[in-house]
Amino acid sequence: MGQLSDYKNIWVFIELDNGTPKSVGLELVAAGKELASETKEQVVAVVIGSRAEEAAQIAIEHGADSAVIVDSAEYASYSTDAYTNAMTQLVDKYQPSVILIGATTNGRDLGPRLACRLQTGLTADCIALAMDGETGNLEWTRPAFSGNLMATIVCERTRPQIGTIRPGVFKKNLPEQGRTGRVVVETISTPSEKIRTKIIEFVKNAEDGGIQLKDADIIVSGGRGLGSAENFSYIRNLAAVLGAAVGASRATVDAGWIPYSHQVGQTGKTVRPKVYIACGISGAIQHRAGMSDADTIIAINKDPDAPVFSIADYGIVGDLFEILPVLTEEFSRLKRE
Amino acid sequence: MNILVCIKQVPDTTEIKINPETNTLIRQGVPSIVNPFDTYALEMAARLKDAAGGEITVITMGPEQAANALRECLAAGADKAYLVNDAAFAGSDTLATSKILAKVCEKTGPFDIIFCGKQAIDGDTGQVGPELAEYLDMAQITNISELELSGAGIKGKKEFGDGYEVVEARLPAVVTVTKTLYEPRYPTIKSKMAARRAQIDKITFADLELEADSIGLKGSPTRVKKTFVPQAKGNGVIIQNEPADTAARKLVALLGENKLV
Repeated sequence: MGQLSDYKNIWVFIELDNGTPKSVGLELVAAGKELASETKEQVVAVVIGSRAEEAAQIAIEHGADSAVIVDSAEYASYSTDAYTNAMTQLVDKYQPSVILIGATTNGRDLGPRLACRLQTGLTADCIALAMDGETGNLEWTRPAFSGNLMATIVCERTRPQIGTIRPGVFKKNLPEQGRTGRVVVETISTPSEKIRTKIIEFVKNAEDGGIQLKDADIIVSGGRGLGSAENFSYIRNLAAVLGAAVGASRATVDAGWIPYSHQVGQTGKTVRPKVYIACGISGAIQHRAGMSDADTIIAINKDPDAPVFSIADYGIVGDLFEILPVLTEEFSRLKRE
Repeated sequence: MNILVCIKQVPDTTEIKINPETNTLIRQGVPSIVNPFDTYALEMAARLKDAAGGEITVITMGPEQAANALRECLAAGADKAYLVNDAAFAGSDTLATSKILAKVCEKTGPFDIIFCGKQAIDGDTGQVGPELAEYLDMAQITNISELELSGAGIKGKKEFGDGYEVVEARLPAVVTVTKTLYEPRYPTIKSKMAARRAQIDKITFADLELEADSIGLKGSPTRVKKTFVPQAKGNGVIIQNEPADTAARKLVALLGENKLV
């Protein structure tokens, strides 16, 4: 590695979903702009995959100054080997100071593999970023101990500094139609014998027609207090009126009341909706690890000492079987009006 | 099939309390457990061994007391265990840790499959598995909930939020494991007694060909600059001692006023 000062600019890895940029990449373009303003650097979108040029243009419209793209057959779907190879070669050539990657399933697969090959530091699953304009060191803040502790990590001696960032933390900019930026096309080949994994198929979860947790602005979640699988109808009814997704605590999933795909928490999904309504959920730390970042938390529980009330913005101490039908009816009335 | 499972002993994060005066974590008296995702990884390894035969080695890097975690694994399917322990390893970040573990693998392996939990519930980084795969130049598949042998090597279910990918990997490979559909097996009285008596060899810095400045704090590119306890909200509007319909209407009104729903 040369001098740290040889490394310049903030790269944002734009992950594609069937050729379309995932939202988190565009969110990170906005975050990158803020950081770049401290160091007077450029934000570069890096796109690997099919229809990369289109995706690069979208990233530029969302604020990226320029883009580097790699688009050939071996990158049509994600593989650790091909993507790590392409990223490594791009980094060697252009020497970015920072690489921001969405903390998605594949982002968290790529990040550590890349960091290790480049022998540099990685900070995973960040929820806040701050740039020291003088040194160019990024301060990466991330939760640990299931959200009980926050840690700020720095990577001062090596470049690039790499981090994965949780989706939904930053807001993407509104697209500016017709905004232009340089798009550099790089040709990098990864021989097929070097790609040691192969995707056979993607199977979408059998959903009960409802809204997916990860897409939902509002989530209504049920816990042990529901008492039975049938009683999830109380949750579903309220969710239907609110246009919300249905979440669940681990206890209800373990009891077989609802499929695992609904589970929120440490061993389930991490969600970040605008509003999270926890019904009959005590709010054990494992559950809070998955939802405490919601903008607004509403708790309904008959136990006034339930830990969930300590993180709730609003709450009702009472019987959910009496409260939820009234809530459902009231919201439904408001909607009609 | 020669199988390795990497585990970590972690504090039970459900038992962690915050000292309100110093605003720091109270770790004293917090029970230690085997990282839950590692127990799923061990069970996946044990099922693979049930199907294909072979041997399961389990390793952990940690303090002396982490030997207890290894014994739990010996009681629940592992055949032998090594404790990786040396003051020289202290302060290692994920990159330095995976470098040490890679050396341990070279010394105790080679392995066809290396299993890791998808992340540890204390650090929550999920980095050591892929970094270990890189050091050992092995294939990697991450966030796997089911695994079987296939023509090419192994075939697993890689979990995404909205579905799963069926993905094949050539061997040797590193597999990181998320929650499985099944629960880890319970130890039997016999397996517990055998685990208690089992020999656990220690691997130290002197056993591994490592440069002293490539591990520990010196060998770690990242540094924890500060830690802090996130601000608890604690000032929510909680409606109590009201009949259900009054309480529900109050809540709807509050949410309406604040334009939340």
